Amino acid sequence: MQSNPQLNANGELRHLLSIEGLPRDVLGSILDTAASFVGVTEREVKKVPILRGKSVFNLFFEPSTRTRTTFEIAAKRLSADVINLNIAVSSQTKGESLLDTVANLSAMQADLFVVRHGSSGAPYLIAQHVKPHEHVINAGDGRHAHPTQGLLDLYTIRHYKQDFSRLSVAIVGDVLHSRVARSLIHGLTTLGTPEVRVIGPQTLLPTGVESLGVRVFHDMREGLRGVDVVVMLRLQSERMRGALLPSAQEFFKHYGLTAEKLALAKPDAIVMHPGPMNRGVEIDSSVADGPHSVILPQVTFGIAVRMAVMSMVAGN
Amino acid sequence: MSVLPEAEQLCARLLAELKPLVGPNSAMIGLYTGGVWLAERLHAGLALTEPLGTMDIAFYRDDFHKQGLARDPKRTQIPFPVEGRDLLLVDDVLYTGRTVRAAMNELFDYGRPARISLVVLADRGGRELPICAQHCGAKVEVPADTRLRLRRGDDGKLKLELERAE
Amino acid sequence: MKILIRNGRVIDPASGRDAIGEVAIADGRICEALPGKPERVIDAKGLVVAPGLIDLSARLREPGFEYKATLESEMDAAVAGGVTSLACPPDTDPPLDEPGLVDMLRRRAKVLTRARVYPVGALTVQLAGERLTEMAELAEAGCVAFSQANAPLSDSQVLWRALQYAATFGFPVWLRAEDHWLARGGVAHDGDVATRLGLPGIPAFAETIALGTLLELVRATGTRVHLCRLSSAGAVEMIREAKAEGLPVSCDVGVHYVHLSDMDLGYYDSHCRLTPPLRSQRDRDALSGGLADGTIDCLCSDHTPVDEDQKQLPFAEAEPGATGLELLLPLTLKWGAQRELPLAETLRRITSEPARILGVQSGRFAPGAPADVVIFDPQAPFKVAAATLRSQGKNTPFLGYELEGRVRFTLVAGNPVFEQA
Repeated sequence: MQSNPQLNANGELRHLLSIEGLPRDVLGSILDTAASFVGVTEREVKKVPILRGKSVFNLFFEPSTRTRTTFEIAAKRLSADVINLNIAVSSQTKGESLLDTVANLSAMQADLFVVRHGSSGAPYLIAQHVKPHEHVINAGDGRHAHPTQGLLDLYTIRHYKQDFSRLSVAIVGDVLHSRVARSLIHGLTTLGTPEVRVIGPQTLLPTGVESLGVRVFHDMREGLRGVDVVVMLRLQSERMRGALLPSAQEFFKHYGLTAEKLALAKPDAIVMHPGPMNRGVEIDSSVADGPHSVILPQVTFGIAVRMAVMSMVAGN
Repeated sequence: MSVLPEAEQLCARLLAELKPLVGPNSAMIGLYTGGVWLAERLHAGLALTEPLGTMDIAFYRDDFHKQGLARDPKRTQIPFPVEGRDLLLVDDVLYTGRTVRAAMNELFDYGRPARISLVVLADRGGRELPICAQHCGAKVEVPADTRLRLRRGDDGKLKLELERAE
Repeated sequence: MKILIRNGRVIDPASGRDAIGEVAIADGRICEALPGKPERVIDAKGLVVAPGLIDLSARLREPGFEYKATLESEMDAAVAGGVTSLACPPDTDPPLDEPGLVDMLRRRAKVLTRARVYPVGALTVQLAGERLTEMAELAEAGCVAFSQANAPLSDSQVLWRALQYAATFGFPVWLRAEDHWLARGGVAHDGDVATRLGLPGIPAFAETIALGTLLELVRATGTRVHLCRLSSAGAVEMIREAKAEGLPVSCDVGVHYVHLSDMDLGYYDSHCRLTPPLRSQRDRDALSGGLADGTIDCLCSDHTPVDEDQKQLPFAEAEPGATGLELLLPLTLKWGAQRELPLAETLRRITSEPARILGVQSGRFAPGAPADVVIFDPQAPFKVAAATLRSQGKNTPFLGYELEGRVRFTLVAGNPVFEQA
């Protein structure tokens, strides 16, 4: 059986592959370090020299502009050199294997790989094969994990609510396919959040989801009652074609966040969304743009969190 | 091993030395953690117009690739414009000079000061870079395998202490 | 050749014999006493002498997949593992749906004079699940049964007809129960582990629903059906009831499934990517118990060599399968030891029981039976390593494990085909 590949022999972060398996103090350390980087993002010269001379390769096997851009900005603010590789992989074409691609980049003196891949577990495979001085950051693998998103969500919650030990958090929508949801759930439970709820139709909740430490609700009104944080997940149009849902309209009626449903949560509840939003499908515009929404600050925090993660792994 | 000087006395001496030298264009920045404690005392005693700045040099160290990122870096807060200022950079102990080099690099990312004067409580020698303190409480000789640190008691009193280096 | 095997602990599960003694071989058969002097004497002191192992599923990768493995390498692996008879599934390329292909395979295997190869023919043309194969012709060419291997047969009407046709001739049909639609897209057991790892799941009811259909069809047609590679507790229970009812069914379980569960996936170990998937610990325990109480008739290796390039991929993209011929004996012994069974009982699952299902005379030490023998040291340790596996498939979840049970001699038809000090 393999040992936790994220941590080195001293229990320090060598790669960031998943929030699951990160000790509580490492998690806290990442959030604290991110707080220091927020300061950097707010000043005139938004750069620090930590990763000067280092090469960060953005290896995106799944297309993504937003995540890739935030990683690029974060790396550049650490003074690293950034190289972007968008590798469109079709299941029919047998091109270079994943490990061959990584080996070639390694030969080009890469220091840090930021990897997004459609298959769960791909970053683990890469991490098992990189050289000792190379580091891997998972930017999203299949439906398994998106740890930097989970971390920025945790940072956002900590920023507005401070104390996890009293919170009730509801995650709404397509949990089955969501790596964001899984990462956030692990983070919340590790930090001692007493009540983590998932809300969605049975077709969109994975088997045995309770084993992750959450309470399941199929009725959104019941599930939102008294919560401090509402996290809306993106619904992809493919779900309608896969016999998981009949239509976006019916989904919005029962699981879309409207002002009326939000009123059931605490009066100072915050609304989060990993983006990009489908207005009118999972969230109403009035809520997305309203006073409870912290969706835009999430994006700013995302850069600081990624700066923190890259600095921490690159130093170990 | 020689006896360590009294931090409180050195602090008072520095205060007396700096008082005639500060003016409306002066501002002070303390380096975490010992430098901030010292700076808080000096700042209060000098009645400077601008609030105290605090700085963590974690992101500018030259040994990042050996030591990694320090656990829980603090947040650098400089609540005044650096441009054109007469800055007093305050640290507890001056040793190799690398901390001050990092601090100056960081400072210049905030703006271009008119001048920087380094204020330290103790100078233990062992410089590895061409850096010197304009205002120094005392020169102290300590063994190479020790760490000289400033401590603050619960009563707020400052004290110099010697630790075995890891 | 006249061979005498002496001083060994002779275990014959079929007769219950378990004692120090002799085994005499002449003209390729077991005999009561040797007529005259032996030409060779094998001293089996400290070793177990048992009927050669019979494996109901081992992929030899010929024809078609010679880049993964060849008949030579896999037959070497078989006898090194003490396997003297093996049945190979029809999912070669092209599939074994034509008598000519079957014939060629049997000839190739015979020339190599190692283990006996019993081809299992395709139930439908190209395994496509639409048209029946010429089962009678294939049987004449040497097929011992008909199967879909891992290819789906979703059209239940075709399945019904295929069973009826096979029953007409008394041919056994070997099928793995899985509902194609429920399993679609899945790569791991649908449960807590797959949820945590973010892997699409195959629910256990994909097996039990298909099994229900099959058992009803067996009731209606009377076809002798052997269920391959049971994977779930629910299936074990259904077979138990079906046998109690008197249905002509038998079943096997892959040797990996009585040891491993989805917990062994760890951090996406693609050596655990198997078909059917490794299910929960509860399922594993039910399979182990079902094998012990006879509900499950036997163990097989389900030997599937996959080259490392196809395993060094993200879990869902990796090719399923594990190498197993050389690990069948030690893993079976390990199972038997865990269940605290007498050695004869343990060996029954890989000798006389699979012999019964295959309908062959091997697998027992009765006078006149074929002299297929394995002589092994049940306590000898060995480390599972790529370098020491003779199969071209090095893909096993047990890499690096220390197992016990080393084969010293293997004889097929009275010929020593493998020897190791």
